[in-house]
Amino acid sequence: MELLRLLEKDGRMPVKTIAKMLDVSEEEIEDMMRALEKRKVILGYSGIVDWTKVDSPEGITAMIDVKVQPKRGVGFDEVAERIYRFKEVKALYLMSGTYDLSVVIEGRTMSEVGQFVSEKLSTLESVLSTTTHFQLKKYKHDGVVFEDGDEDHRIVVSP
Amino acid sequence: MTNHYLSEAVERIQPSGIRKFFDLASSMDNIISLGVGEPDYATPWNIREASIASLERGMTSYTANAGILELREEISRYLNREFHTPYDPENEVIVTAGASEAIDLAMRSTVNPGDEVLVVEPSFVSYAPLVSLIGGVPVSVPTSIENGFKVTADQIAERVTDRTRGILLCFPNNPTGTVMTKEELEQVATVIEKHDLIVYSDEIYAEMTYDGRHVSVPALKGMRERTVLISGFSKAFAMTGWRLGYVCAPAPIAAGMLKIHQYAMMCASTMAQYGALEALRNGKDEMLEMVESYRQRRNFFVSSLKDIGLDCHTPGGAFYAFPSIKSTGLSSESFAEKLLFAERIAVVPGNVFGEGGEGHIRCSYATSLSQLEEAVDRIDSFLKEIK
Ligand SMILES: Cc1ncc(COP(=O)(O)O)c(C=O)c1O
Repeated sequence: MELLRLLEKDGRMPVKTIAKMLDVSEEEIEDMMRALEKRKVILGYSGIVDWTKVDSPEGITAMIDVKVQPKRGVGFDEVAERIYRFKEVKALYLMSGTYDLSVVIEGRTMSEVGQFVSEKLSTLESVLSTTTHFQLKKYKHDGVVFEDGDEDHRIVVSP
Repeated sequence: MTNHYLSEAVERIQPSGIRKFFDLASSMDNIISLGVGEPDYATPWNIREASIASLERGMTSYTANAGILELREEISRYLNREFHTPYDPENEVIVTAGASEAIDLAMRSTVNPGDEVLVVEPSFVSYAPLVSLIGGVPVSVPTSIENGFKVTADQIAERVTDRTRGILLCFPNNPTGTVMTKEELEQVATVIEKHDLIVYSDEIYAEMTYDGRHVSVPALKGMRERTVLISGFSKAFAMTGWRLGYVCAPAPIAAGMLKIHQYAMMCASTMAQYGALEALRNGKDEMLEMVESYRQRRNFFVSSLKDIGLDCHTPGGAFYAFPSIKSTGLSSESFAEKLLFAERIAVVPGNVFGEGGEGHIRCSYATSLSQLEEAVDRIDSFLKEIK
């Protein structure tokens, strides 16, 4: 699905442009997009922001390794749901290896993240342990390289 | 700029028209360049990595003259798999410093002074000068937008003389982007065979064929034994700066080319050869992704050019559009120059590519979509200005 790839790269690409690139009519593209939205293949259109470049208090991202006691019948799913419902949680993955869940948290300050871990996460009944890692610098995120010098090095005219 | 130390052959050829335009354009700032004949991607990382790793392992000496055997074997497998043209890696494949060297080897090993070589034009800028440099006579076979820049058997037959040695073909073409179908090539092949000509087939844009599959000239009936196949890594694998290409031909011709190559070049760059090996082994996915993106940009750019009133055939390959600017009444050179000064868009005037190119400009769409959009807007306002 080339349409999806294009939108993934640039969710703001105008329908007219997409239609030209894929050589189909604008109506068809609009229909396809509506159908994909309905089927929840497209879940939303978001921007990737380098917050370090904006004059606003920088957020803090932490990745927390969580060991949990799975429950009979519901396994990890129940505790996972309880965790991802918190608005601070940006992403949650079930992992193989030495711990079970990987929780990605965004907060305004380090103490805000700390508070979340100590008061909300570690007090959950099935949570056995947590290990918190703070992100220091973003080099690449969602396939996009931050601070990439992508100017054109090519000479102006060539054979 | 004559000097009595220079050879007559060098005096005979002109500097490239592209060079002239480059000097003009590079003196200006903030240019959107559609004048670039190379991919806008950097070489995929795994290829760069493989080359770095070869340096780390100390692979820094000469290789066999024809290139490392592993690479020749891989080229041979690749050509067979992708284009149905098997070549013997030991005796029929030579790794060269770009397709550019391959073209030179092909000419020098087969053309005598006074021999005529047909050049289907508009064409890549080096063909005719390379023929001239060795005392050959380039004979233009002009094509035009009316038949989509395709060459016909009749056109070739009309220009064959006793001295005609061979013909240079390039599909997908630089600068027109034209692709010939199997049937069209077969018709051309008949007349080539009838006159016993050598074909120099530059297929460096083969992978960038957007509608259907590339048809390789040596895969056509009766062509293999008379074809010199020229290709390389510059375009499909975004490796222009590596200077790596290859040339394939029946063993006796290859042996002739190898003689020249071994004296003039020894061998192609070793680290580049290791990169190329990785390109052929593990480069296909990324290559296909790049090609798909060129295809989409072609669709966008060509249909946008038509929207603003420039007559443009749909290029079936490579990454150039070659719209006609005849409706403006300007020559291609003056159009390109005015566009550069008025709107800061660099394109290459079509006349530098030989006969049939006048009245057109070459626009490379291997540049970002946002630049293409901006370029179309600016060309649009330029067209309105000069009306
Ligand atoms: C048709 C054609 N042949 C050959 C070349 C030269 O390629 P290389 O970089 O392999 O020397 C080019 C480059 O623009 C080209 O357009």
